[in-house]
Amino acid sequence: MVKRLNNHFSQNIGDLIFEKLTLLFAVSVFLLVILMGYEMYLGSKISIQKFGFSFLFNSSWDPVQEVYGALPIIYGTVVSSILSLLIAVPLSIGVAIFLAEVAPSWLEKPVSFLVELLAGIPSVIYGLWGIFVLVPWLRNSFEPWLADKFGYLPFFRGAPYGFGMLAAVMILTIMLLPIISSISRDVLKAVPRSRREAALALGATKWQSTLIVLKDAKSGILGASMLGLGRAIGETMAVTMVIGNRSLISTSLFDPSYTMASVIANEFTEATSQMYLSSLIELALVLFIITIIINAFARILVWSMSRKWSAA
Amino acid sequence: MPQNDIKISVKNLDAFYGKNKVLHNITMDIPSNQVVAIIGPSGCGKSTFIRCLNRMHEVVGGTITGSIMLDGEDLSKNDPVLLRRRVGMVFQKPNPFPSMSIFNNVAAGLRLNGVHNKKEISLIVEKCLKQAALWDEVKDNLDDSGANISGGQQQRLCIARTLAVEPEVILMDEPASALDPVSTSKIESLIFELKKDYTIVIVTHNMQQAARVSDRTAFFYLGELIEYDITKQIFLNPAKKQTEDYITGRFG
Repeated sequence: MVKRLNNHFSQNIGDLIFEKLTLLFAVSVFLLVILMGYEMYLGSKISIQKFGFSFLFNSSWDPVQEVYGALPIIYGTVVSSILSLLIAVPLSIGVAIFLAEVAPSWLEKPVSFLVELLAGIPSVIYGLWGIFVLVPWLRNSFEPWLADKFGYLPFFRGAPYGFGMLAAVMILTIMLLPIISSISRDVLKAVPRSRREAALALGATKWQSTLIVLKDAKSGILGASMLGLGRAIGETMAVTMVIGNRSLISTSLFDPSYTMASVIANEFTEATSQMYLSSLIELALVLFIITIIINAFARILVWSMSRKWSAA
Repeated sequence: MPQNDIKISVKNLDAFYGKNKVLHNITMDIPSNQVVAIIGPSGCGKSTFIRCLNRMHEVVGGTITGSIMLDGEDLSKNDPVLLRRRVGMVFQKPNPFPSMSIFNNVAAGLRLNGVHNKKEISLIVEKCLKQAALWDEVKDNLDDSGANISGGQQQRLCIARTLAVEPEVILMDEPASALDPVSTSKIESLIFELKKDYTIVIVTHNMQQAARVSDRTAFFYLGELIEYDITKQIFLNPAKKQTEDYITGRFG
């Protein structure tokens, strides 16, 4: 009797330790996020006290005068991310549809593999390719052509430097494409075959049955896009190498720009004064908060959509 | 059987998955406005056979030789999309579109076929849900997801969805095998009603079901059509020993 009780007791202890241990791991992730936020808040305290909200709305970033306003940098980050997302999402859905619905399996396997391979290439390599291939091509061919044909639009004016917003958007698009398309393909493939057969048996064409499958997959595709957006906002190396790195708000895509991640990477080593350093850390805090907001927003969107059709 | 009563005529049909031959030289005629049951043990090719009749077999990469005629026209010469609007199918596992409401599930086929008049759609949806004996149960929550009703209701929803396209033939692949007895009997009485307007081919594991609902029964074994006759004949006085063994439960 005693033995059995003991046994029972020790089993309970095991479960208890297991439970608390996993809880500890889970909580530590949470704490880490809070700690990081707090650390950054401490580091940027001087800057926050001096500039307050004008940090977000002032457009001059001037280390000589010790005035720091992040508006052009936030602008550059948001515009480059959103534009690249707008281009990458439809392309990626196209790639995903081809791989999941259209391609015969002998073609699907190698192409999927290549797409996933693209996702794994270090961003500095994309950046190098950007400097040596993309930027010269933009400067010599594509930007002059755009200026010639669409110069009446404010987006395609000014000197075609090559380095600038357009280069950053294009390189980000190329980097987002494999991420969004490979996740979207998995999402499409996860839609049961019975769904496609139901549509086909009703006399749907291949295209119509694909539309029905897309409807089932939309929350997953949305999630993939948000993941891509997070990547675009945080992408540092490749963007820094081609965006031109000037704190400037311009409607023209030919003009150089700057992103938060690029500023931090470029200027951290030169930040000699307290205020400079503090402002860079505040920039990191803003980037951190924006990323959290976007991710939270994406989660809520995906949740609410999947709850709606939960029985599926 | 008089020639003009034949809806589907199958001649020397062989069906393959890759190099694997799963149907051997099937020849049988399916008469109009009758229910034909296909019975046989698992893996005998029943499902493959009816999936040849609406060319769903080729969707999963299968091929056939021989000929299948629908109203005297060779299936392989027609567009499979148009064919499937004439030959509807109800699957073993209820497969409503979960991203659509009950109403839109039934309307889906209509919209695929280019019907967009709202009034016309809602009339047809109501008619088909009534025909499928589901209307009274769902008429107050037509906007709910098609996946949030019971399995039996889902299957009747799928039948309504099939009816909405106004097919001439309805293929049913073990439509009641995933359902409880009450839902099963509802589906069976539905089949009985539907044969006035449609030709029905039903695959079933359940011999009592075949005996209850069908006019004719075909017994498949190992990819071959062993015997095909009036249902009564098959069950009371089968010509082949294999059929008798199967029906009396000696194997299968």
